[in-house]
Amino acid sequence: MKPILEVQNITKQFKIGATQESYLSLRDVLSNPFKKKTKEDNTFLALNDISFDVYPGESIGIIGKNGAGKSTLLKILSKITPPSSGQIISRGRIASLLEVGTGFHPELSGRENIYMNGSILGMRKFEINKHFDEIVEFSGVEKFLDTPLKRYSSGMQLRLAFAVAAFLEPEILIIDEVLAVGDAEFQKKCLGKMNEVSKSGRTVLFVSHDMNAIEQLCRKVIILQKGVLYKKGETHELISNYLNENKTYSFDTLKLADKLSLTNISFHPEEIISGTNLNFKISIEYEQTNIPVIRDLCLLIYSLKGVRVAVADLREFIKNLKKEDNTLSLEGTIENINLVEGEYSIGLHYNINEIRKDVYDINQIRVKPDLTFTSINPYSPNYRGFLELGKKIKIT
Amino acid sequence: MTEYLIQSQNKFSLGLKELWSYRELFYFFTWRDVKVKYKQAALGILWAILQPLIMMIVFTIIFSKALNVNSDGIPYPVFALSGLLIWNIFSNGLLNSANSMVANANIIKKIYFPRLIIPMSAILTALVDFLFSLIIYFVVLIYYHQDVNFIKLVVYLPLSIIITIITTFGIGSFLAALNVKYRDFQYMIPFMIQFLLFANPVLYSAKSFSNPWITAIMKANPIASAIQLCRSIFTGQGVDWSAIGISSIVAILLLIMGVYTFRKTESYFADLA
Repeated sequence: MKPILEVQNITKQFKIGATQESYLSLRDVLSNPFKKKTKEDNTFLALNDISFDVYPGESIGIIGKNGAGKSTLLKILSKITPPSSGQIISRGRIASLLEVGTGFHPELSGRENIYMNGSILGMRKFEINKHFDEIVEFSGVEKFLDTPLKRYSSGMQLRLAFAVAAFLEPEILIIDEVLAVGDAEFQKKCLGKMNEVSKSGRTVLFVSHDMNAIEQLCRKVIILQKGVLYKKGETHELISNYLNENKTYSFDTLKLADKLSLTNISFHPEEIISGTNLNFKISIEYEQTNIPVIRDLCLLIYSLKGVRVAVADLREFIKNLKKEDNTLSLEGTIENINLVEGEYSIGLHYNINEIRKDVYDINQIRVKPDLTFTSINPYSPNYRGFLELGKKIKIT
Repeated sequence: MTEYLIQSQNKFSLGLKELWSYRELFYFFTWRDVKVKYKQAALGILWAILQPLIMMIVFTIIFSKALNVNSDGIPYPVFALSGLLIWNIFSNGLLNSANSMVANANIIKKIYFPRLIIPMSAILTALVDFLFSLIIYFVVLIYYHQDVNFIKLVVYLPLSIIITIITTFGIGSFLAALNVKYRDFQYMIPFMIQFLLFANPVLYSAKSFSNPWITAIMKANPIASAIQLCRSIFTGQGVDWSAIGISSIVAILLLIMGVYTFRKTESYFADLA
């Protein structure tokens, strides 16, 4: 059997200047026409010589840390951006979902948006007509079909968006992290639908930080590391290894937005006993001229398999950010972290200068069991969920 | 099974086959833009009629009443309106299409479809406005008891619209591509359009000039020729077919330049937008 997708030596190079300043001004070119000649100096390889084959009916998970090149790979596969060298042979119609609700317009009604979004995703009008009732039923927004989308809750918008995408019938479906949002029930529904898609013999490429979802959905995974294909193989073999290998979290700075980076996110103590307090410190550095407008800031706590356990919402403390030179910092304590022992990874959700984003795996915390409250040997942590209730149980 | 390649530099092609397979998207983008444009407006699509009407009234007061401009022997409102209709396709279409890639950046960065659909639909949106404004055109014609040669109307009017659209699409797709890379054009275009309004014989007669250079430029200028063609439906003056021929060639050259530039640079739009 011929592979449905042959990825051959794909390399993608970015000019660093070009990715950071989102566009040039004509004046820059006119005033500095010779600048181009130095371009060799500041390029960076987002993907370096990636090759792999995908066979029909396979579902493949793509994992890797921030900046490993996952999104770039998906963008190349979905023809949004061309590779710098290498080629991909595709033997089927590709549909990609890099974002739910691409092309949704707030002024249009739910019904109109179904047609708009569907056709942008590559569906023909008769296909949308054929599935219209199913889409509406799956999304559960019948009553609001003729209401402008701007009056929908964000959950409803998401459900509608996924519902449209779920009825795409491409040979190859590419999905990026769309399940990171939405409530648990809906996530389950989405995973179910995606499972159905891959069972029906279509090919799925799926990027996620949620290792549970990857395990459920994908038989094989590809691990990217700094733009290089690090490993490829069976999911169950690779995932536990991957989780173990990625325990070190080190970064000098992490770019959050233009001229703005996270320089420190640290926790003290490094190991906490379940139920005790955790101190944290966040520092964000910005260029002097450019004081950032911060609207959201949340610490995200994930299990090692990528399930979101808790969110420390820091929005009301944004005003407490300390300004020093050109660094904003926030120090504080989260009291009584009563998590089941184990390791948790930390992410950050932010909205700074109108850029809203989640970053994952930027640090971790280790929780040790509190052995003082019971004389009984606790069950293994695998069976105990995330929340430690031992001390909270009172018998009346 | 369709087999295709994703490579760094595809050979240059117009991609017409692909455009055809995405033909419904033209309709959806145009429909969305028209719908959104008038959705929150109490008068809605009526604005498409009111705008040229108000412009016509204002220009009639200034140019006909105050400055007494020569209008080739037809009532000035008919004269101005036949210029403004063509002019509005050009100016709205150019403005829409030049900004279209930037306005749709979030879609471009997330999904693939033939990019040419975007500036094309932007012009179709301007064309929808034009179709509505035709109503006021016919009302004015009836009001002034203007004699209409029916055969001229069904031949000259579509022909002048086609020349206008080809020109608009050529310049529009060229500017749309440049605008992604250099946002300076965003500020330049409104200014440029204002200038062009006075550089074209929209509000005055092309025959007001005797300078041979200006006459030559007018001959090669597709918008000027389209306006004159549209006007000659009423003026009874003969059509200068050599001017129509030359400016059609210019229009096609502009189209080739625009589409070529656009196709050459479009694959990097997602990286730049």
